[in-house]
Amino acid sequence: MANISLNSLTKKYGSTEVLHHIEAEIEDGEFVVIVGPSGCGKSTLLRMVAGLESVTSGDVMIGGNRVNDLEPANRDIAMVFQNYALYPHMSVRQNMAYGLKIRGKPKEEITRRVEEAADILEIGAYLDRKPRQLSGGQRQRVAMGRAIVRDPQVFLFDEPLSNLDAKLRVQMRLEIRKLQKRLGVTSIFVTHDQVEAMTLGDRLMVLNGGYVEQFGTPIELYERPASVFVAGFIGSPAMNFIAGHSDGGDLILPGGAKIRTNLSRKADILVGIRPEHLVRNDEDGAISMQVEVLEHLGGVTLLHGPLEGSDQQIVASLNGISVVEVGETVRFDAPERALHLFDPATEKRIEA
Amino acid sequence: MVEQRPLLAIAAHIILLLGVAMVAFPVWITFVGASHEAERMLQSPIPMWPGDQFFVNFRQTMWGSGLEGTQTAPVYMMLFNSLVMAMMIAIGKIAISLLSAFAIVYFKFPFRMGFFWMIFITLMLPVEVRILPTFEVVADLGMLNSYWGLTVPLIASATATFMFRQVFLTIPDEMLESARIDGAGPMRFFWDILIPLSRTNIAALFVILFIYGWNQYLWPLLITTDTEMMTIVVSIKQMLEAAEQSPQWNIIMMTALLAMLPPILVVIGMQKLFVKGLTETDK
Repeated sequence: MANISLNSLTKKYGSTEVLHHIEAEIEDGEFVVIVGPSGCGKSTLLRMVAGLESVTSGDVMIGGNRVNDLEPANRDIAMVFQNYALYPHMSVRQNMAYGLKIRGKPKEEITRRVEEAADILEIGAYLDRKPRQLSGGQRQRVAMGRAIVRDPQVFLFDEPLSNLDAKLRVQMRLEIRKLQKRLGVTSIFVTHDQVEAMTLGDRLMVLNGGYVEQFGTPIELYERPASVFVAGFIGSPAMNFIAGHSDGGDLILPGGAKIRTNLSRKADILVGIRPEHLVRNDEDGAISMQVEVLEHLGGVTLLHGPLEGSDQQIVASLNGISVVEVGETVRFDAPERALHLFDPATEKRIEA
Repeated sequence: MVEQRPLLAIAAHIILLLGVAMVAFPVWITFVGASHEAERMLQSPIPMWPGDQFFVNFRQTMWGSGLEGTQTAPVYMMLFNSLVMAMMIAIGKIAISLLSAFAIVYFKFPFRMGFFWMIFITLMLPVEVRILPTFEVVADLGMLNSYWGLTVPLIASATATFMFRQVFLTIPDEMLESARIDGAGPMRFFWDILIPLSRTNIAALFVILFIYGWNQYLWPLLITTDTEMMTIVVSIKQMLEAAEQSPQWNIIMMTALLAMLPPILVVIGMQKLFVKGLTETDK
């Protein structure tokens, strides 16, 4: 078991810097999810921890040791790849035993450990099959088995669920979560799927363009997003952003709607509000919209349409099956504690 | 394609049968010729049905001194020479190409692509083109009339290197990364992962290269002056021109038959792997 620290970690390809001075402390036993859009550098970061990419500058520390110059095999890590990377010509048993065999463990110990891991993952029945005879979910389990059989200090997951169908993905997500809690191994998981990130991680690192936008618990990210990017990335449907301004007391939205806040300065403000935080109030709600599209999802109803008096599109989410007609004008209250205020220039959060 | 036109089917079959006849008839004549006495083969018309001398001819060709009145080596010796040459060429080519493709695909070293193109360019220089300088080199190294002289100049192979390069490129990078995390060094990865994954391609290439090696004519003709070192393919031509006498067709045909046999055996024996190796793309 080990903690991981990333100190001012930077990666350059030629003269292009793709990761900029990443700082992070990951505690022993913690499950950290690195999430971000494709091309944000999340896989590169993970591969630098694994030792598959060289470090341009800064340090990777695992368990207090600087591992920058260690081969992946000597870092005491295990990695699960997106395509599983099982050796196709070896049986499941040989796949799981390969790393132990190279390390020269005695035969009995290898057999015992492979069987223990197979028990945990319930793949004991397929130990003598080849990977191509297994389904996607089973291969995924074997890849996990190959990781846990070595009993490493750190698990690294590189989008391991993205090749599975939706139902299996949800199931495997839970299993990975349970397994990680049970084994208590420090883990880093890379994904582009914010739901996966929110459900798996103790903490989330949101990466955008090679910068850490925010590093915190799922609830922190949801309740106090540090930037417009995080606010828009976390939560589904995505947060509404309305360009307004403050006159030193009221927020004024396009179309003239006013919301009271205790923001004292006058400035342009980007107002964010989550669709699920709009409260329907047809008498005197400050925000009104004309419904253009309705999405009945059963549990919630999504209303899409322009903010009255402007062409700003917004989304509202109402609980249950709401009786609303297309073309109808619906009014909402926007409670002050549900508002997220951002500086339109820096896109950073403004603390009211 | 499902067609319901009987005329077309008949025409197609006729063409196929003609094709089969064109390939099979000479082989049949060879077989028939190998089973008659020498005198019978010189009378016209030549026989169309096998005679009763097959085993007599076989014994005389295989272990006898071959043609009467000449000093050709017995055929079993030439078969052995051909076998050694074909095996050395096939195995040597595969070993060298595997290693050079491994280097080019998996290692970063200065002028990597330069070396790749240098290997590639040798495609334009088969032994027939560089025959004089190569002969000179082999002669200076004292390798005339030796198995090394027969095979080494033919071993370097751009085609096989290129093919293995393509095979290695289809193997996902994660396989290497996974092996690195498991603690496998480069040669371990080569033996444990790359070779087993290219098994079918190696087999397919072996078949092709074995036949290539077996059928070598020009190079062995130049390099072997000693009858002990002669290969079977070269010897057939020598037999035709042997001495001042009419060709002994029964012996020549038997030799031809024996020369055909090993490639056929190799193809039949490795057929399954051969087809898999040339068609399978899934890694």
